[in-house]
Amino acid sequence: MSLLVIEDLSVAYGQIEALRGVSLTVESGEVVAILGANGAGKTTLMRAISGLLPKRRGAVRFDGTDITRAPADRIVCLGIAQSPEGRRVFGTLKVEENLALGGFTRSAHEIRQGLETVFGMFPRLAERRDQLAGTLSGGEQQMLAIGRALLARPKLLLLDEPSLGLAPIMVQSIFRSLREIAASGVTVLIVEQNVRSALKLADRGYVLEVGRIVHEDSAARLLASPEVQAAYLGKAHT
Amino acid sequence: MGTFIQQVFNGLTVGGIYALIALGYTMVYGVMRLINFAHGDLCILGAFVGLTLLTGAAGSGHSGAVLLLAAFVLAVVVIAAAGVVLELVAYRPLRKADRLSAVVSALGASLLIENSIMLIWGPDVHVFPGDLLPATTWTVAGASITFVQVMIILASVLLMAALYLFIHHTRFGTAIRATAIDQDTARLMGIKVNRVILTVFVIGPALGAIGGLFVGIYYREAYFTMGWTYGLYAFIAAILGGIGNIPGAMLGGVLLGLFNAFAAGYISSSWQDAITFALLIAILLVRPTGLLGEPDAGKV
Ligand SMILES: Nc1ncnc2c1ncn2[C@@H]1O[C@H](COP(=O)(O)OP(=O)(O)OP(=O)(O)O)[C@@H](O)[C@H]1O
Ligand SMILES: [Mg+2]
Repeated sequence: MSLLVIEDLSVAYGQIEALRGVSLTVESGEVVAILGANGAGKTTLMRAISGLLPKRRGAVRFDGTDITRAPADRIVCLGIAQSPEGRRVFGTLKVEENLALGGFTRSAHEIRQGLETVFGMFPRLAERRDQLAGTLSGGEQQMLAIGRALLARPKLLLLDEPSLGLAPIMVQSIFRSLREIAASGVTVLIVEQNVRSALKLADRGYVLEVGRIVHEDSAARLLASPEVQAAYLGKAHT
Repeated sequence: MGTFIQQVFNGLTVGGIYALIALGYTMVYGVMRLINFAHGDLCILGAFVGLTLLTGAAGSGHSGAVLLLAAFVLAVVVIAAAGVVLELVAYRPLRKADRLSAVVSALGASLLIENSIMLIWGPDVHVFPGDLLPATTWTVAGASITFVQVMIILASVLLMAALYLFIHHTRFGTAIRATAIDQDTARLMGIKVNRVILTVFVIGPALGAIGGLFVGIYYREAYFTMGWTYGLYAFIAAILGGIGNIPGAMLGGVLLGLFNAFAAGYISSSWQDAITFALLIAILLVRPTGLLGEPDAGKV
């Protein structure tokens, strides 16, 4: 049984349909990438899965439970956490407070364990645990957003453009951590503009174009596909 | 010197009351970006509820302290419940509507409460009993400080310290701060935002009811339009400290109380409001977001 099943999902902002009949599945233990140009509907998809946007049509099932109409807090409890686009750390709260909030649905004991794990993975966050999150660099804020999502102990981690606006060296470091997270058994659904890194990390990928899935394949075949290369990797690349 | 000390104590007393009421404005604004115009009226409704118990139980043989305590408990319970009803009836249905609808709803709720007070208790000024508390006065460097003043100052300090600890050192308090920064991301943490908002509509009115009852006990009177007068002062205190900022509301309340007292004590009580507002405008010209306010911190 797939961990996440999305069937014929449509989501609209007023009259504008941002997702039109999207279907996809994520198997337990997989890393799945969603590719697509600006405005394709990637963030809309992530926010809809997390229960932040109402669905106009279709169904979302997670781990055997229908979550189409579930509120966001219930979805977190069931095991889906998200590192949102633009990081959205709580700037005037301390690093440690941000992380603890990620574990809001968890016990104090689980939060302590989670903090240890995240500080082990991102030592820079440990050094800055008492600093306000707004004073961190972009890369550190991204680590914080990912760490915060991990505190929920998710079965499925949603990552919306974790490398957005980061220096190349920081992008590499973030992807190393993501590899580590995936290897630890967390299932990952990732949206990325940095298509090459995302496909190297992923097992499979979907291509989203103006609200529709137009392509689905293994990550290796998508990387090699001339269409994907032309559209997302730049023609100069061979 | 005597006048100075006197005005400090007068200012701290009124300032403590302003701060207690201001916290309700600032907490609601913090999590909802809404000015709850009905807040001042709720606070004064608290004064009337307390007064009704005090006059009803007069001559029952209980000591003044017991009666006062009962009046505070009743006012807090009734006004906190009223706060919850206000949120559920006047604001929750408009959560996704535009901001102006919520403002109209807030003004409507304010008028409704004010008129209900008038219908129930009448348009006259009610006098609070004066024999509930010891008439002890202390003389400090030429200033006379009453028992009521000391009680109000101590209670305000304790309540604000308790609120500060709750907001900054508990999980739910941190969830309230997160909701104030970014509601959607708070939802991603698994925080039930509607529950946070309801909590704010319990805490704010509960503190406000205490503030309102203090107003009645200190000035020994209550009338149905009093919610506007004291609501306005408290609202200004919240703006002065930086609306949305909890320590700001505390600071703004105390400063406004001191301004008021010094203007009344050194210049003239008929100039008190003019001077207070001039100072407020001067401060806002230098710091448009208030003393401790930040321009929408943490918001993208
Ligand atoms: N709050 C909103 N109100 C109205 N339209 C919106 C809103 N958010 C997104 N849209 C529209 O929905 C479509 C999909 O947007 P979405 O943010 O999901 O795209 P995206 O693939 O994440 O893009 P990007 O790569 O720029 O992050 C776009 O046309 C966008 O303009
Ligand atoms: Mg996006």
